Amino acid sequence: MKKLALGLVTVALFAGACSSSDEPSTKTDAPSATAPAPKPGAAGSGATLTVYAAASLTESFTDLSKQFEAKHPGVSVKFSFAGSSTLVQQLTNGAKADVFASADQTNMDKAVQGGVIDGLAAPFATNKLTIAVAPGNPKGIKSFADLNRSGLTVVTCAAQVPCGSAAKKVEQSTGVTLKPASEESDVKQVLAKVQSGDADAGLVYVTDAKSAGGKVQGVDFPEASGAINTYPIAIVKGSAEAELAKEFEDFVKGPEGKAELNKVGFGTVEP
Amino acid sequence: MNGWLGSNPASHSRVPWVLAIPATLALALVVLPVVGLLVRTDLSRLPSLLVTSSSLHALRLSLVTGALSTAACVLLGVPLAVVLARASIPGIRFLRSIVLLPLVLPPVVGGLALLYLLGRKGFLGILITSLTGQQIPFTTTAVVIAQTFVAMPFLVVSLEGALRGSGDRYEQVASTLGARPWTVFRRVTLPLLLPSIGSGVVLSFARALGEFGATITFAGSLEDVTRTLPLEVYTQAEVDVDSAVALALLLIVVAILVIAVARPRSWEGGLR
Repeated sequence: MKKLALGLVTVALFAGACSSSDEPSTKTDAPSATAPAPKPGAAGSGATLTVYAAASLTESFTDLSKQFEAKHPGVSVKFSFAGSSTLVQQLTNGAKADVFASADQTNMDKAVQGGVIDGLAAPFATNKLTIAVAPGNPKGIKSFADLNRSGLTVVTCAAQVPCGSAAKKVEQSTGVTLKPASEESDVKQVLAKVQSGDADAGLVYVTDAKSAGGKVQGVDFPEASGAINTYPIAIVKGSAEAELAKEFEDFVKGPEGKAELNKVGFGTVEP
Repeated sequence: MNGWLGSNPASHSRVPWVLAIPATLALALVVLPVVGLLVRTDLSRLPSLLVTSSSLHALRLSLVTGALSTAACVLLGVPLAVVLARASIPGIRFLRSIVLLPLVLPPVVGGLALLYLLGRKGFLGILITSLTGQQIPFTTTAVVIAQTFVAMPFLVVSLEGALRGSGDRYEQVASTLGARPWTVFRRVTLPLLLPSIGSGVVLSFARALGEFGATITFAGSLEDVTRTLPLEVYTQAEVDVDSAVALALLLIVVAILVIAVARPRSWEGGLR
C-alpha cells in the first residue's frame, strides 16, 4: 500500500499540471528560497543556480557545471535530475528553478503551456536510437531488421515515452514491426534488461549505451537518423537569477557545452 | 486486531478523548490525498478513460495476478507462519527476521534480486530453462512471483503474531488427548487461525494489487501479459495525466471493494 500511496501522491502532483485554468503556481517576482538576491553589478556572485535537467544529462551537465562554477567564482550550480515529465510536473506545481533542460520537445511544450517558461526554448543537443546488445554482440545483430529474427528477446520503450515513440517512427519507416517482450516506461529499464542478460537486444539512446560503459555494446543503424530526438533548454519564469540562467544556457550551447555533450554521445545543434 | 474498540457498546466510552486529535490527523493523511485526486479528476471523462482496451486489460491482469499471488501467499505463508511461531529449531529468530526482508527491500531491488535468481543468467533460471525450456522474466508467471515475494511477509507477520499471542495450550490439550500433529494442525491450529488468515489475505492482496517496482524490474511491462494496473498508471502518466488519475481511482475502488468484502468477516471474526 505504501507504493500505492506514493503513486497516488505522484498522480495527484501530475494532475496539477493539467488544469490550465489554475493561476500560475510560480510567482514572478518572489526570490528563490535557495538563491539570495544577486549584488548589483556583480552578476550572480555568491548565487545559487538551480537547474532542472533530464536524467540523461546527468554526467554531461555535472561536468559542465564544474566548468561553469570555475568561470563564475562564488556561483554554485545545483541540479535536480529526473525524467522530463516528472520535472515538468514539479515545475508546474511550483518548484523553484532557474533553468529547465528537457529530453524532448513534448515535455518542453507542456512546460510552456503550463506557463513556467520565460522566453523561448532553444534546442541544444540531439540523441538517436541505437541497439544495445551484450558485449561482443553474441547474437550477431547488425541491423534494425535483425531484431525481428525469431528466438530473440527484444525490449523497447512504451510508445508513451520518447524512446518508444522514436522506435515506432523507425518501425514505420523500415516497415519492420517489432514484437517486444516488454515495453518499458523508461529507457534505463531497457538498458537494465540487456545488462542483466534477460534481453538479447534493446532499443536505447546512443548516450545510454555509452553511459553503461563496457556492459553493453551499441549497434548503430542508419534508420535511426529518421527519428532524431531534440533536447531543448529554457529559462524558468520567475527565476531569481535570470541573468545567470541565461549565461548557463549560452554556456551549454557554446563550445564547452558542445564538447562535453559530444563526449557522452549527444549530437549538437548548430545555431 | 483485537477489537476492544467495538466489541460491546459500553467500551466506546473507554477511548481517551486525546486520541481523537492524532487519530483525525492520521485519517486526514490517508484520505485527503485521495480527495485531492478526486478534486482534479474530470468525472465526465472518467467512463471514456476507463473503458479503453488497455485499461481493461490492465484491470483484468491485476485481478488475476493478485488473486493467484494471494493464493500462493496462503499456500506457502500459512505453513511458514506456523513453523516460525511453533517450531523450536536453532536459528529460528534469525529466520523470523529474514522473512521480513521483502518489507525493507525497495521493491525495485527485490525485482533485481528475482531477476538475478530466476532470470536468464540466474542459477535457478538456468536450471528451469534447461529442464522446461521456459523462461520466467517477461511472463505473467513473473508478475505473480514478484507480487508473492512482496506480499507474503504481510500474511506471515500477521499470522505469526496471532499464533504467538494466542499461545499453544489448545494444541497441547489436543495432543495429550492423542491427536497426531497433522490432526492438531488441521482441527485446532487452522480453525483458530482463520480470522487472522482473513486479515492476512486482505493485506497481501492489497499489497499485490499495488505492486509496482518488483514487477516492472522482474517482469517488464507489456500490455495483457505483464502490464498490471499500477504499471499502466505509470505508463499513462507519461502522456495523459487524466487517464493516469482515472486508472488510479479505479485501483482505489477495486482495493476498497476487496477490503470491504473481505474485512468484516475476518476482522469481526477476530473478536472472540
